[in-house]
Amino acid sequence: MAQIEVEQLVKTYAVSERRPGLWGAVQGLVRRRQRRVKALDGVSFEIGRGELVAYIGPNGAGKSTTVKVLSGILVPDGGRCVVEGRVPWEERIAHVAQIGVVFGQRTQLWWDLPVVDSFELLRDIYRVEPPRWRRNLDELVALLDLEPLLDVPVRQLSLGQRMRCDLAAALLHGPSLLFLDEPTIGLDAVSKLAVRAFIQRLNRERQVTVILTTHDMDDIEALCDRVMVIARGQILCDGSLEALRTRFGHQRRLTLELADPHAPLVPEPGTALLGREGARVSLAFDPAEVTAAELIGRLGARYAVRDLWVEELPIEEVVARLYDEEAAA
Amino acid sequence: MNDARLLVRLLGVSMRSQLQYRASMVMQSVGHLLVTGIEFLGVWALFARFGQLDGWTLAEVAVFYGVVNVSFALADAGGRGFDQVAARIKQGDFDRLLLRPRSTALQVAGLELTLKRIGRLSQGLAGLIWGLSALGVGWGPGRVALLAWIVVGATSMFYGLMVVQATIAFWTTESLELMNVLTYGGVETAQYPMSVYRRWFRRVFTYVVPLACVCYLPVLALIERPDPLGAPLWAQRVAPAAGLVFLAGALALWRGGVRRYTSTGS
Repeated sequence: MAQIEVEQLVKTYAVSERRPGLWGAVQGLVRRRQRRVKALDGVSFEIGRGELVAYIGPNGAGKSTTVKVLSGILVPDGGRCVVEGRVPWEERIAHVAQIGVVFGQRTQLWWDLPVVDSFELLRDIYRVEPPRWRRNLDELVALLDLEPLLDVPVRQLSLGQRMRCDLAAALLHGPSLLFLDEPTIGLDAVSKLAVRAFIQRLNRERQVTVILTTHDMDDIEALCDRVMVIARGQILCDGSLEALRTRFGHQRRLTLELADPHAPLVPEPGTALLGREGARVSLAFDPAEVTAAELIGRLGARYAVRDLWVEELPIEEVVARLYDEEAAA
Repeated sequence: MNDARLLVRLLGVSMRSQLQYRASMVMQSVGHLLVTGIEFLGVWALFARFGQLDGWTLAEVAVFYGVVNVSFALADAGGRGFDQVAARIKQGDFDRLLLRPRSTALQVAGLELTLKRIGRLSQGLAGLIWGLSALGVGWGPGRVALLAWIVVGATSMFYGLMVVQATIAFWTTESLELMNVLTYGGVETAQYPMSVYRRWFRRVFTYVVPLACVCYLPVLALIERPDPLGAPLWAQRVAPAAGLVFLAGALALWRGGVRRYTSTGS
């Protein structure tokens, strides 16, 4: 049996709308106009123990609604959801004791206290036996290099330091399932790498299942074997990163550096314009339709090309096109 | 760690955080002391001019004043966490409390213990001690026990009011100032004996918010004065239990609010 089973999950929010202005506010006291928004529209998936899954989608697609349902703090309108045999929202306290949740945008640490005090409070809140807590703490301190931070008040930590501490805080009770919501947002390059390396070790060595929501495609490429894409409350695709790539054929990106930054562009058959920044022009093409050599020959004849290079279509582009296609549908 | 110990531990953390900003805390306490002090000065001025109020002496009113202010200060200091609920819901921080394996009411109660309320507390205590001494009713163990029972009942009721006020935030995040009519208004009201008010007003503060039960009636037993409105002595002694019942009801309402929050997600 899979660790997480989700079947036909449905959730609709009632959003009350207020008409603008003072008169609108007064009207709002008496009668509210409500709009129904379908956040989840029949979401189904299974996740096995030890998987590292990226859960991505544009803003408002239903990502955080799914995570809220899985973590037991939101009751869906319909569908089935079982995590390790528990229905999360029916036994919230038993459930949340077995999971960890990290929000990149906000800390769960006590702002005015030294880091280690927060860790001790969490030990008491989660009722972790002191020897087990000590063992977990020592391990996390070593893995995340927290020793010099333990006595520093949280408000004095840099964002990267704080994120490492927040990761430790979410794992002190030894959860088997970890939700990470944009764990690398706003971090510098070194901190990003440290956080990614830690997540990978945690997943490989401790078999902790990780569900990662992010807008950073580098996170996904570095970490995840499996990507689920959600848009408008429905799973658009679910599979390996490779499968997501091939969804648009094996497309390549051709970037040209033109001699004249103002040269007018002519639409090129068999390609799609990805973007232009002055002299730099990016095109997507499928080598099965038009070979790179042929395309380069044609472009070289048309423009004064200073430089050019061909690469695999970046995952950002793949995802952006997926969202676009969905929005157009 | 059991719930009671965890609550004490969380409140200790809040106190430590406040002590990091010591100067601010001292100034706020002094300011609070001055505000409540001026309040009592007003009561005194009233009596200096008219001698008595509907048959009640200044010493008697000082006991009412003392009981209600001590109880409100205790509830207000310990229940400030509930004041943060509306803001936490708006900012999405309430979810973090739901993500921890403890009751939400316990965690909210543990958010804050406000030290600056020591101003009102000491003021109330002074009024209470002076009033009882001036009345010369003595300080036997029975009286001290009754006083403690009254404070427990009244503190529970004011705490319950804060829980109710916070619970409303699960339905609407509009301004909750209206509820201050009951909390601060209740404190003002209970500073004077209930018998000086009109009947409908007394009813509201007996049956809707049991202010008369937790303050007026038992204080009569405390100062050994028969009720001008005719409540028997046993009822005066039992009355503070209404505060506990009110708090229990408020917590039940809170649980309903949390259920609504988890089903609507807003």
